[in-house]
Amino acid sequence: MAQTIGILGAGKLGITLAQLAVKAGYNVYVAGSGGSNKIALTVKVLAPGAIATTATEAVSRADIVVLAFPLSKYQQAPVNELSGKLVVDATNYWWETDGERSDFMDMNVSSSEAIQRYLPSARVVKALNHMGYHDLHDESRASGMVGRKAIAVAGDTDADVITVSQFIDRLGFDTLSAGTLKQGVILEPGGPVFGASIDYLELESLLNK
Amino acid sequence: MTKQTYTFGLDTFGDLAVDEQGNLLNYAQAIRLVVDEAVLAEKLGVDALALGEHHRDEFAISSPEMVLAAIAGKTKKIKLASGVTVLSSDDPVRVFERFSTLDAVSNGRAQVILGRGSFTESFPLFGYNLRDYNELFEEKVGLFVELLKEKPVTWKGSTRAPLEAADVFPKTESGNLETLVGVGGSPESVIRAARYGLPVMFAIIGGSPERFQPYADLYAQATKEFGTKQHPIGIHSPGYIAETDEEAIAEAFPLFKSSMDKIGKTRGWTPMSREHFLSEVSHGSMYVGSPETVAQKIAHAMKVVGATRFDLVYGFGAVPVANRRRTIELYATKVIPRVRELLAEEK
Repeated sequence: MAQTIGILGAGKLGITLAQLAVKAGYNVYVAGSGGSNKIALTVKVLAPGAIATTATEAVSRADIVVLAFPLSKYQQAPVNELSGKLVVDATNYWWETDGERSDFMDMNVSSSEAIQRYLPSARVVKALNHMGYHDLHDESRASGMVGRKAIAVAGDTDADVITVSQFIDRLGFDTLSAGTLKQGVILEPGGPVFGASIDYLELESLLNK
Repeated sequence: MTKQTYTFGLDTFGDLAVDEQGNLLNYAQAIRLVVDEAVLAEKLGVDALALGEHHRDEFAISSPEMVLAAIAGKTKKIKLASGVTVLSSDDPVRVFERFSTLDAVSNGRAQVILGRGSFTESFPLFGYNLRDYNELFEEKVGLFVELLKEKPVTWKGSTRAPLEAADVFPKTESGNLETLVGVGGSPESVIRAARYGLPVMFAIIGGSPERFQPYADLYAQATKEFGTKQHPIGIHSPGYIAETDEEAIAEAFPLFKSSMDKIGKTRGWTPMSREHFLSEVSHGSMYVGSPETVAQKIAHAMKVVGATRFDLVYGFGAVPVANRRRTIELYATKVIPRVRELLAEEK
């Protein structure tokens, strides 16, 4: 069972996920784009219990690494250290912070496939990208609770999808498989569930439409 | 103990409203409407009016300080703020000049609320690259803070021409052009404001206000760390007020939905569902309802965040002129006094 989570990105999404992961009982390491001192105060105050560190250390300690930086900054991800690691790609293309996607990334594949190409030896799973960070913060609920929301997970290896699903369940959400990483394009901006904060049945019906 | 003072403001982007015949106002009419509404707001005792800068077809206001200057000529007390001034795609020297001019014509009532904005049309419009989104704001806030000292500035950076002992006019009478930073929830922005010793306004446009309580802590701790002044905190959130909750919800949902969906389309969001809207209304950040409902919600938000200022964004979407006016009247005459009462009870 995964016990340690490394989060790359200390912005709105990274901090929200760190809060949820600490609450769920994980050891949590958070890294920003620079040294750990730049984010130390943010992590201490906003996600007490999580540890601010470097990307290298966060990755080396983690059972699961979550990418939570702006997509255009994907080259922040340390390629060698991520070799063999289970990586949850929670990034999205967001033109307001990323600029033109064609400036930095191949347009012919989904953004998670592009990330997988950049990290050829990592095991990339797409998840935690389609729900807004404030819904992630507000809607986390214990398993079985009424109104629990669901998050779709897409990946190429069943075992990895299961591990990530267990992690997300502990964060407070039901999970649903959305197929392979390639099929995960359905979870991206412009797709039927992007921005949606909905329960399992509704998510299932939107994904199968 | 000194008595806590609270500030209650209204905020609009100059949305194109709808007249009695159901026709969309033109841009000039929408701007004149805001001037009239500001006069009404002051008459009813609202403390501040903030006008947002946008460069989009649904909003008439791209030059808030021009509209604020017109309002200054017709009012005496109300604070005149931008909400926000998109500093990233502006020139800090010009921003200072325009707002110190507004401060002069309004007898010291100008407030600049600096922000990165949540839209990006101003970047291509003024020849900036979105890739420099962070760098532009960071560097320009730094320069703006230097200009606020109202002494000759020597400055060098990568986003504008250098300044060599440049003196900028007009100086303000108070020597203190009131300046705040609008923050949407990026921890980095909170720390930046604290580093420069500027107050923050949290733009809470979705999710629970509770989410911002740790950000208020972050601001407080960061000011301590930097040895800068810890200013009171403000909140800015959208709302719609009618006599009853049912009426407010029935009228506001299609307006909010069509505005949010229009924005969502460009960002790839799914359309807003009624359920999502209702959850924002009940425990999120849409202040929609009767005066009592909205007052309870505002008092709660101010309490959990520790805020002393609340600005209600009114007239979001193609709202009938009469309903915009009703929101202003109910906010000023019923909501604000009730919030003051509720906050006093908490003491």
